[in-house]
Amino acid sequence: MSAIYILWLRELKRYTRSRVQLLASLGQPLMYLLVLGFGLGPVFQRAGGGSYLQFVAPGVIGMTVLFSSIFSGLGLLWDRQFGFLKETLVAPVPRLQIMIGRTLGGATVAVLQGLLVTVVCVIAGFRPAHMATVPLALGFMLLIATVFAGLGVAVGSSLQDMQGFQLIMNFLVMPIFFLSGALFPLDGLPKLLGAITMIDPLSYGIDGMRAVLNEKSHYGATIDLEVLIAVAVVFIVVGAWRFSKIEI
Amino acid sequence: MIRVQNLVKTFGSFTAVNDVSFEVAEGEIFAFLGPNGAGKTTTIKMLTTLLKPTSGSIELDGLNPAVKQNEARQRFGIVFQDPSLDGDLTAEENMEIHGVLYHVPHKVRRPRTEALLKQFELWERRKDQVKKFSGGMKRRLEIARGFLHTPKILFLDEPTLGLDPQSRNQLWNHVKKVNEDEKVTVMLTTHYMDEADRVAHRVGVIDHGKLVAQGTPAAIKEQTATATLEEAFLKLTGSTIRDESAGSADQMRQFAKMWQGGKR
Repeated sequence: MSAIYILWLRELKRYTRSRVQLLASLGQPLMYLLVLGFGLGPVFQRAGGGSYLQFVAPGVIGMTVLFSSIFSGLGLLWDRQFGFLKETLVAPVPRLQIMIGRTLGGATVAVLQGLLVTVVCVIAGFRPAHMATVPLALGFMLLIATVFAGLGVAVGSSLQDMQGFQLIMNFLVMPIFFLSGALFPLDGLPKLLGAITMIDPLSYGIDGMRAVLNEKSHYGATIDLEVLIAVAVVFIVVGAWRFSKIEI
Repeated sequence: MIRVQNLVKTFGSFTAVNDVSFEVAEGEIFAFLGPNGAGKTTTIKMLTTLLKPTSGSIELDGLNPAVKQNEARQRFGIVFQDPSLDGDLTAEENMEIHGVLYHVPHKVRRPRTEALLKQFELWERRKDQVKKFSGGMKRRLEIARGFLHTPKILFLDEPTLGLDPQSRNQLWNHVKKVNEDEKVTVMLTTHYMDEADRVAHRVGVIDHGKLVAQGTPAAIKEQTATATLEEAFLKLTGSTIRDESAGSADQMRQFAKMWQGGKR
């Protein structure tokens, strides 16, 4: 257990120490929130969708958690390169514990980052429907973070070096984001697009956050919760399996 | 303590380790010598569970590290050839993580960390992030960390690379001390033949993945009719310089330097 704790703590320390990175990672969500939030606002309003800022805020929070958690998983590649991974791999600790420590650390960092963006959203004018439901949104953030930290570890364990990073970014991370309904409502989509959004785990995460924060939901909060937990279990198991197979 | 039989490791069509067999007795210091790319590090990686052998068998204290990974890992400690520190953490934190991962009790960890950091003259800098350290300091920290727990078998993969004579002296004295006091079996690699001659009870010479000689330094000198271990080494392995292809790790380091502007 202490191994899990110390590796979790390591992720947190690394996060709080790199202030520049912390600020830089706020740039992208801010763009989506402010530029799209205010830019598409009038059209969205006329189409009868209500306030776009209100609609897009959970999507932007979900995006932040997605990026942060998947990159923490891929951080494995940096540790492999700078050698620290070896130090943990030869230690007399089951690799499962090492993987869990890393993943929980990455997930925690992603949730912190998500909370930071939530605060920014509130400053920009976003208002949760009920204050009481905010802790539920935190739960959804944690689930999204766990799902994608697990996926990040699974992918990171399977790659040798950073060469594949751009590939992952363009063919995995960006599609997950754009096909999740973070930026558009899931109701009344063309069949094909609708089907793809249904297999994107992030769409359940963001829908869940909308369900608790905006009281508007496509799938329903219970289904969101069930799907996310199932996918989290699958990704953690696959991640742990891939991690146990690493050779240096 | 270590028994290796007909060990083979191939990467695609390249055979890095070719039918190597040797034994290291309990409490022995065994030096594994060879030119660059001879297969020393690959052998150590297989002994320390980082790589799986293509064929052949390994026993560490009677355990097969490919099957009983966790039990085997409990028995050894290793100082790697290339860096394995976390640059964003401080020297103290790096020691702490190692102590926790190796189950060193809290009460022992503190005083031992202090003693080791003082011995390797890093105590004053213990609160500094490792990325601010010079190459030699990082190396010293890596070695100090390796001694934080007392394993049955200690692997040292070119531990003196980039160290000044003072630190080298410190290191070998410490290795001899744990070997004598605590009966730690040591397997080391080095390019400095005088060091091997001084500390090792027995040496093995590997070249192109094959073990070409093994025995006490005196026996090897006698066998090759040379006066020093260095001459014996050159006689056994020839004097041509070896090419070592850059591994993916080196290429990545290059890429990272470019990308981060040499921050680390």
